[in-house]
Amino acid sequence: MSEVVRIKKVIEENYDTKTFVFDWDAEVRPGQFIMVWIPGTDEIPMSVSGICEHTKSITVKAIGEATRRLHEFKEGDRISIRGPFGNGFDLSKGKMLIIGGGVGTAAVMPAVQQTGADTIIAARTDRDLIMLDRAEKKASNVWIATDDGSRGFHGNAVQLMKEKLAEKKYDCVLACGPEVMLFFTYKACEELDQDCQLSLERYMKCGAGVCGCCVMDDMRVCKDGPVFTRQQISKLSEFWVSRRDACGRVVTFR
Amino acid sequence: MGSGMVSLKTEIGSVSLDSPGMIASGIMDETGKSLVRVLASGAGAVVTKSVGLEPNPGHDNPCFMEVRGGYVNAMGLPNPGIELFKEEMAESVPKGKVIGSIYGAGPEDFSKLAAKMEDYGACAVELNLSCPHAKGYGMEVGTDPAMVGSIVSAVKSAVSIPVWAKLTPNTHILTKIGEAVQDAGGDAIVAINTLKAMVISPEFARPIMSNKFCGLSGEAVKPVGVRAIYDLRTALDIPLIGVGGISNWRDAAEYIMAGAYAFQVGSAVGSRGLGVFNEINEGLSSFMEEYGYPTIASMVGAAHE
Repeated sequence: MSEVVRIKKVIEENYDTKTFVFDWDAEVRPGQFIMVWIPGTDEIPMSVSGICEHTKSITVKAIGEATRRLHEFKEGDRISIRGPFGNGFDLSKGKMLIIGGGVGTAAVMPAVQQTGADTIIAARTDRDLIMLDRAEKKASNVWIATDDGSRGFHGNAVQLMKEKLAEKKYDCVLACGPEVMLFFTYKACEELDQDCQLSLERYMKCGAGVCGCCVMDDMRVCKDGPVFTRQQISKLSEFWVSRRDACGRVVTFR
Repeated sequence: MGSGMVSLKTEIGSVSLDSPGMIASGIMDETGKSLVRVLASGAGAVVTKSVGLEPNPGHDNPCFMEVRGGYVNAMGLPNPGIELFKEEMAESVPKGKVIGSIYGAGPEDFSKLAAKMEDYGACAVELNLSCPHAKGYGMEVGTDPAMVGSIVSAVKSAVSIPVWAKLTPNTHILTKIGEAVQDAGGDAIVAINTLKAMVISPEFARPIMSNKFCGLSGEAVKPVGVRAIYDLRTALDIPLIGVGGISNWRDAAEYIMAGAYAFQVGSAVGSRGLGVFNEINEGLSSFMEEYGYPTIASMVGAAHE
């Protein structure tokens, strides 16, 4: 069912990213997503970036027509949503190291807030970092990485993760970010025999596991995912290799 | 399955299936690997997404939503086009029975597409004469008995595999259309497709689907589908395949007793998961054993006097 919800607060995260907090009582697990309808434009999948009892939030980077239109929405405006969808992270796996890359940070933030686990937040530059304040309030440690070294560790999320895994033992790595980052996170975890759960992304239509357009190999990202374990990812031949476009044609990444 | 006293094997003309449930066109059937997964889940066959001559992105989002009793969708026949679909068939055909669903604007399109599907190894073609939300296709060509007759006979001359016609409930002349299929040499009829529908957002004062119109599927449409199969059984001799709102063995049994030799499951894959095929198979077997139906064929049309 779709539900119309009222925007309660808009938070400017940085120059191109905003968080919209809205009234919604639904039960949502960290790592789940919703389909957000922007009337007249599009309906898009968005990770839930904040989970409170009576409010939830999404964090939106203005990159296309629909997200730019969404950025015009103000407190008191209404949006139409469906969900929540997907499996979410399994937070029962012991000591976690949580990693958010770019706007992917939004998808891991509820897990950070619920576990208080050590967290890496990475972005291209200082200007691109988001949600640091919320992470710092809950996480035992927050480490920052920027590609250009403008803040924190000079390097990418995977390089910093390797350093942290060498210093301390973690039972599971949780991560969301660009697919290239997730691919190298996976590679590093394989080499180190480190358990991990990664939140993946594909073009979606139904969101409910029906149409099959968001498949990676035989797994529906919307229903079987979006969070996949290391074991599952080891069988995904399309991970950081190819995706499907709206017609279902194969498009290669590299 | 059961104690071996009953058999779920069924025949739709010359197409023989180990179990009577198939995935309905449009559900988890756009890629080879997805089709293989469905085949491994207890489906007797899979029907592909409807494929056309050219790649088609379908309608913009929103093109799907949950409603009471089912789903509405206006996917708009997204597909990579028949040339590229060769890859998906190559991956799935070695793993089981694959029925190629195709859509076109007239006899020539359908013939070309059917010939390709035959080349790719499809065990039958299913003609989409029933999609309610694609301009110039689907039910727009499938509600005129003369057009349906000419499409079916053109496809029959183009291929040697069985030709199934999937019909729409959005008409008052369903049996006339069924007769046109039978008279043109069609091998089986699949019924029903979705019911033409619309959902409106009161808050935004507009239809929610980008295409405005959509099709209703799921449990709410089952009695309509069962009635359609019952009507077609009364009027026709060719085999029927029931589809519309099947999510458990009772639903499947209703369709079979109305006159279907096999059935297809769509929306229930979303609500119940792919385990639905094995659940139905087990439930049907137990029922058949208890009520003394040794085969599917012995149950077909049981509700007719």
